[in-house]
Amino acid sequence: MTAITMKNSFEQDRVNLRPKKFLMWLFIITSFMLFAALTSGFIVYTAGDPSRGIKMLLPSVFNYSSVAIILSSITMHLAYKSAKELKFSSQRLYLLLTLALGVIFFVLQVSAWKSFIASGVYFVNPNASQSFLYVLTGTHLLHIVGGLAVLINAYRGSVKNIVQYRNLFKMELASIFWHFLDILWIYLYVFLLLNQ
Amino acid sequence: MSSTAIHHTLEHSGHGHDDHGHHHETFLTKYIFSQDHKMIAKQFLITGIIMGVIGMFLSILFRIQLGWPDQSFPLLETFLGKWAEGGRIKPDFYLALVTIHGTIMVFFVLTAGLSGTFSNLLIPLQLGARDMASPFLNMLSYWFFFIASVIMMSSFFIESGPASAGWTIYPPLSAVPQAIAGSGLGMTLWLISMVFFIASSLMGALNYISTILNMRTKGMDLWKMPLTIWALFLTAILGVLSFPVLVAGVVLLIFDRSFGTSFYLSDLVIQGQVMPQQGGSPILFQHLFWFLGHPEVYIVIMPALGITSEVIATNSRKPIFGYHAMVYSLIGITILSFIVWGHHMFVTGMNPFLGGVFMITTLIIAVPSAVKTFNYLATLWRGNIRFTPAMMFAIGLVSFFISGGLTGIFLGNAALDINLHDTYFVVAHFHLVMGSAAIFGMLCGVYHWFPKMFGRMMDDKLGYLHFWLTFIGAYLVFFPMHFMGLDGVPRRYYAFTEFEFMKEWLTVNTFVSWAAIVAALGQIAFLWNFFNSIFNGKKATQNPWQSNTLEWTTPVEHIHGNWPGEIPSVYRWPYDYSKPGHDEDFILQTTPFSETMSSNLPHDFEGNAEAERIQLEWERQHQAEKV
Ligand code: HEM
Ligand SMILES: [Cu+2]
Repeated sequence: MTAITMKNSFEQDRVNLRPKKFLMWLFIITSFMLFAALTSGFIVYTAGDPSRGIKMLLPSVFNYSSVAIILSSITMHLAYKSAKELKFSSQRLYLLLTLALGVIFFVLQVSAWKSFIASGVYFVNPNASQSFLYVLTGTHLLHIVGGLAVLINAYRGSVKNIVQYRNLFKMELASIFWHFLDILWIYLYVFLLLNQ
Repeated sequence: MSSTAIHHTLEHSGHGHDDHGHHHETFLTKYIFSQDHKMIAKQFLITGIIMGVIGMFLSILFRIQLGWPDQSFPLLETFLGKWAEGGRIKPDFYLALVTIHGTIMVFFVLTAGLSGTFSNLLIPLQLGARDMASPFLNMLSYWFFFIASVIMMSSFFIESGPASAGWTIYPPLSAVPQAIAGSGLGMTLWLISMVFFIASSLMGALNYISTILNMRTKGMDLWKMPLTIWALFLTAILGVLSFPVLVAGVVLLIFDRSFGTSFYLSDLVIQGQVMPQQGGSPILFQHLFWFLGHPEVYIVIMPALGITSEVIATNSRKPIFGYHAMVYSLIGITILSFIVWGHHMFVTGMNPFLGGVFMITTLIIAVPSAVKTFNYLATLWRGNIRFTPAMMFAIGLVSFFISGGLTGIFLGNAALDINLHDTYFVVAHFHLVMGSAAIFGMLCGVYHWFPKMFGRMMDDKLGYLHFWLTFIGAYLVFFPMHFMGLDGVPRRYYAFTEFEFMKEWLTVNTFVSWAAIVAALGQIAFLWNFFNSIFNGKKATQNPWQSNTLEWTTPVEHIHGNWPGEIPSVYRWPYDYSKPGHDEDFILQTTPFSETMSSNLPHDFEGNAEAERIQLEWERQHQAEKV
């Protein structure tokens, strides 16, 4: 009977990864909404009074960090492609490169904060538009930490030689999320450039 | 990724029953860290009920203060200690009571308790899925909710008391600990609790959406889904789009409170001292809050509307009137609810032109709401009504939705709102249209699906007693508040004895407090009925309400995976009640048209020429036999 049928269909639910991948897309929508809210908050706040606004030039570190994260998107894509073509060693290599670029991005962002402080733009600030700089980049960095965790997870799976369909699944999750973080940063950077 | 044919098991061999099957369960995995959606639904429901009782108890405490402001109740001091010194509730504690009452009711009972229970129970069962997209995430969603509840309640056990800035936690009151005792540690706990709560809601919502879109059984296309599922689906979408915005608002508030930033704070002088924070905008918080807050009220009511659709159709023994219109109005409400938030902010000094825009969008949202109401009435019209307790509560919801919705149209008018804002008129409005309507929807669902959840029936007589006490009680409590509001009596005031023009409302307040106490006692009928029936109720049959939907094809005894064999396929929409020509007054969604030749209608076949030909053939033969 039925025990077998049911077991089979549980097994199918477990193996059927589409609903789980879909969860990742939905999560991306929630974090997109979070940033939409923060940037709208920025606009509403800044428009409230002429004394508000970023009122400085963004540090050039942001250009470097943007290059780093765009490169990491490329290596991420290469890693995913290698996984699909069963070239596991190059998959791991590209994953490591992506991770490294992610860490570089993180460090550069933190150094951008240092240059904010050096030019007297503090987090605690009567002009909250400037505090928003920290909030926007900081929230994005938190997501980067999450993204790095997803990457490490995919890397560990690959090292442990898990079944290919799981490996691909992890790689897919990682690449969806990582590309999203890349696009998100570009959105934030352009947004800030337009408002500086 | 291969993904089609999700539920189609490749082999099905033999028959028989084998319920101690596929894996071993311990007490811990079955009842505590369960990943089975039916158990998680019960966990949400029971936690929701407990939170509901607590929220109701808090409201009785502040009703005592409002009804008898000059009287002392020594018993209160025994229980509340310094918060009710001399037997009278203190002003600060009164505000804490109102705040936590609102928070618990809106978020913990009517969001988590309602959506959490019925999404978990009904989505897999009515769509034909073994479980949720991610059972693990689902379990986590419950436990985050549980932690949020514990943290929220723990604020009653700290020195400075719970948060006191209202459920809308407007800064600066909520942001400055010196402003009120509750804005100290109590507010911090409130914020932590809500972070857990939002995480829980989002995990739940992501799961519901993914399950609905990816895991329906064969034949269950979107337009064959019961209206409950449509409502829960759109509710989850609302949650996904609006809760992150609350996160943004709350995060900035946390920075203002704990790091000294000034997103929201400016020009504050407290007890002669100038606060350091300058340049912030408290209105910014209101925008962020109400961008969530308004969709939130629809997050609360839409599941209740969905449940009601199902129960009214089943118990009128009629197809729901205007199924497509019902779906489109839910979609309309979902979209419109994102562009009306400004109606909560008419008096914040908003540009009058902008106020006009929000007024128009607000009045437009009344249209889909009215469509739903008329469709309920049309479904009831000339139905073969069975007044089960669930049906009574469903009709009660329709009544509250109408009487509360009408006052929304007054409030939505930017000019009238100058008078009515922050008066008891608003309190009357939202307690009828949201509070009462949604809780009636929830109770309706509990009475209706109790047999599915626990395999037993609830007692009808207690159900009727509960209904009438609650229904009459709610009107007696909230209806008089309209008149107080029209007279300008403000909400959230501690006592009305200090103002000459409000003194005349004291007798009304006493009356309202009595009505509230009686209605609260009426809930004992429910609690007894609910908990007693879990163990001693009459054993339920498989389909006690003769309903069409898939959940009633599962065995009464729960099994992990819901259906013992293959998941049934679906052939028709869920509302074939009293179909002319059929020998019973309901046809299950799993009954193919080939078994109901005598009742099929041409449009049932959705243009399938072959099926139409067979049907015509059959009818011709049948005609011939008759002659
Ligand atoms: C007919 C459609 C409706 C209209 C035009 C409407 C309009 C309004 C307006 C203008 C206000 C603000 C009043 C003020 O603060 O001055 C308000 C408050 C409120 N409405 Fe409605 N409403 C409608 C339906 C609903 C529904 C269906 C719900 C919930 C299910 C709801 C829940 C609330 C709540 C909770 C508040 C008060 C929030 C607070 O300040 O604490 N309303 N409504
Ligand atoms: Cu609203």
